[in-house]
Amino acid sequence: MMTERSVETEPTKGAFAVEVKSLHKWFGAFHVLADINLNVRHGERVVICGPSGSGKSTLIRCVNALEDYQRGEIVVDGVVLTKNLKRVDEVRREVGMVFQQFNLFPHLTVLENCTLAPMHVRKMPKAEAEATARRLLARVKIPEQADKYPAQLSGGQQQRVAIARALCMNPRIMMFDEPTSALDPEMIKEVLDVMVELAEEGMTMLVVTHEMGFARQVADRVVFMDGGQIIEIDTPDAFFSNPQHERTKLFLSQIIR
Amino acid sequence: MSRTPLVAMSEDDARYVREAPAPALAPPITNVGVLGWMKANLFSSWPNVFLTAATIALLAWIVPPTVRFLLIDAVWSGTDRTACLAPEGGDAGACWAFVRERMSYFIYGSYPVGERWRVNLFFALVALGGGWMLWLDAPYRRLGAVFFFAAVPIASYVLLYGWPTIGLATVDTSLWGGVLVTVVVTTVGIVTSLPIGIVLALGRRSDMPIVRLMSVVFIEFVRGVPLITVLFMASVMLPLFVPPAWSPDKLLRALIGVMLFAAAYQAEVVRAGLEAIPRGQYEAGRALGLGYWRLHRLIVLPQALRITIPNIVNSFIALFKDTTLVFVAGIFDFLRTIEVSRADPKWATPVTSATGYAFAAIVYFVCCYLMARYADSVERRLARADRR
Repeated sequence: MMTERSVETEPTKGAFAVEVKSLHKWFGAFHVLADINLNVRHGERVVICGPSGSGKSTLIRCVNALEDYQRGEIVVDGVVLTKNLKRVDEVRREVGMVFQQFNLFPHLTVLENCTLAPMHVRKMPKAEAEATARRLLARVKIPEQADKYPAQLSGGQQQRVAIARALCMNPRIMMFDEPTSALDPEMIKEVLDVMVELAEEGMTMLVVTHEMGFARQVADRVVFMDGGQIIEIDTPDAFFSNPQHERTKLFLSQIIR
Repeated sequence: MSRTPLVAMSEDDARYVREAPAPALAPPITNVGVLGWMKANLFSSWPNVFLTAATIALLAWIVPPTVRFLLIDAVWSGTDRTACLAPEGGDAGACWAFVRERMSYFIYGSYPVGERWRVNLFFALVALGGGWMLWLDAPYRRLGAVFFFAAVPIASYVLLYGWPTIGLATVDTSLWGGVLVTVVVTTVGIVTSLPIGIVLALGRRSDMPIVRLMSVVFIEFVRGVPLITVLFMASVMLPLFVPPAWSPDKLLRALIGVMLFAAAYQAEVVRAGLEAIPRGQYEAGRALGLGYWRLHRLIVLPQALRITIPNIVNSFIALFKDTTLVFVAGIFDFLRTIEVSRADPKWATPVTSATGYAFAAIVYFVCCYLMARYADSVERRLARADRR
């Protein structure tokens, strides 16, 4: 169902949005990712969960080359990630990333945060970039904050700006690295609501999160990682109601109260 | 929850209802105005009382003789040393007549008198360009930048050194001197050291080992050698090894020495700022597809330079004062022209040296203080933007 939708929207370069093939990564001698195989279809929403230190953030950071890897292959939208910087930038333009700590640029206004990359990377004229930014800020429900600086916003608002900033590049894939983990409880919902809307519009999403409610609601598949390996991949229904692996069961029993 | 009070209260103490509002009274005289300020700031505690007394005593000791020397007993006009000799039974004051007579030498050095309009025009160009750059709300700042960083240097070179084809006679740099040299060395040092320093700082943090090694070696070598040595080598040792025809101009050699020296210091200042930028800023920039140069130009450097402004200006002030060391290369900067003049028999009096040095101190202090105040205002302006 999801794949059909993506076929309707845009012609795609690769068969999969993201292909990860027997990926291995070491931090020094520490084997942080071991034999990762994961294909994400266009328009698919994949939630990656697992205990801290399981390598889930490292995995998605490999997908836009914020981390390098030693063995295996990652193909993003038909582009093989190599050491070639041009290709890396090509991939990064198409992959939006939202960080746990927002990482907004504090010396720029909200609007400038959103227009910087489109203007300097996509060479979009300023007026067009600003129009796009204002439209997307409205979409994340903070159009009135455009001229403020990040420090003036609440955490939830900052994270929504970060989402808008990523969307301004018109990415084909959006990745979220624990987007709500640094937020106060009352702000988590406003960010998740934006993410749910984004999912409903058919965006390909790769989300590392502990929000199991979100996973249940929007994920097409849930990936469970532990110790640098993928332990289990399943649809949310099956994953939550009938986990197969012992470690998955243990994790779910601890996380769901 | 009834508790027995420790001290039995009478009926009247336990209950109270205000019947009329309390009148607003003037504060005690010791809390406001001059008295209040003095109480709070000068006599708030016994150590503070002691410090206040000590400070007053120190000022009483220093200020009156200084004022007497510089102003009251000072000689303001005269044509030679006789004017500045101490009157019968009195003390000699500062010999400002000497400074007045020598002023044009202090400003232009030995620059030919008939060509000094060129120097004045140069001062005007630098003031205009510099003012344009320093005034942050100035109109057409881009144009100002082109003017200051491209037009002014070329025009200055043509003006000061000369270009016979357009009728400007060549004036050898050995004739330059005084404020002219100080302004040239300082401006070139300030304008070039920051960009070179930024490049060196980025080089030191580069992923490329060769670039990193070269930056580290350069910075550590230059930092490890006194400026006076750098200038000495440039002026004395270089000609020993290089044929005279190849040897560049003496002033140019000193300029390059000062420039590289200041750049090495500036590199460390900038690096401190770069270290302070969180990793997330780099990652966010890279994740948006910004390449190395754009990432640094748009994200990292604006933040890094902003937090290092006090240190950058500190380096500029140090550089400004260090320009006095070019005298070891045989160049007559402002301080050197005073040094030379005070030895002139025509003005030889017991107070000539003191007057000359006092004049130099006042000029340097005013310039440095203005730089510091300007930096302060920029900082406050940025802090206002940060509070937001």
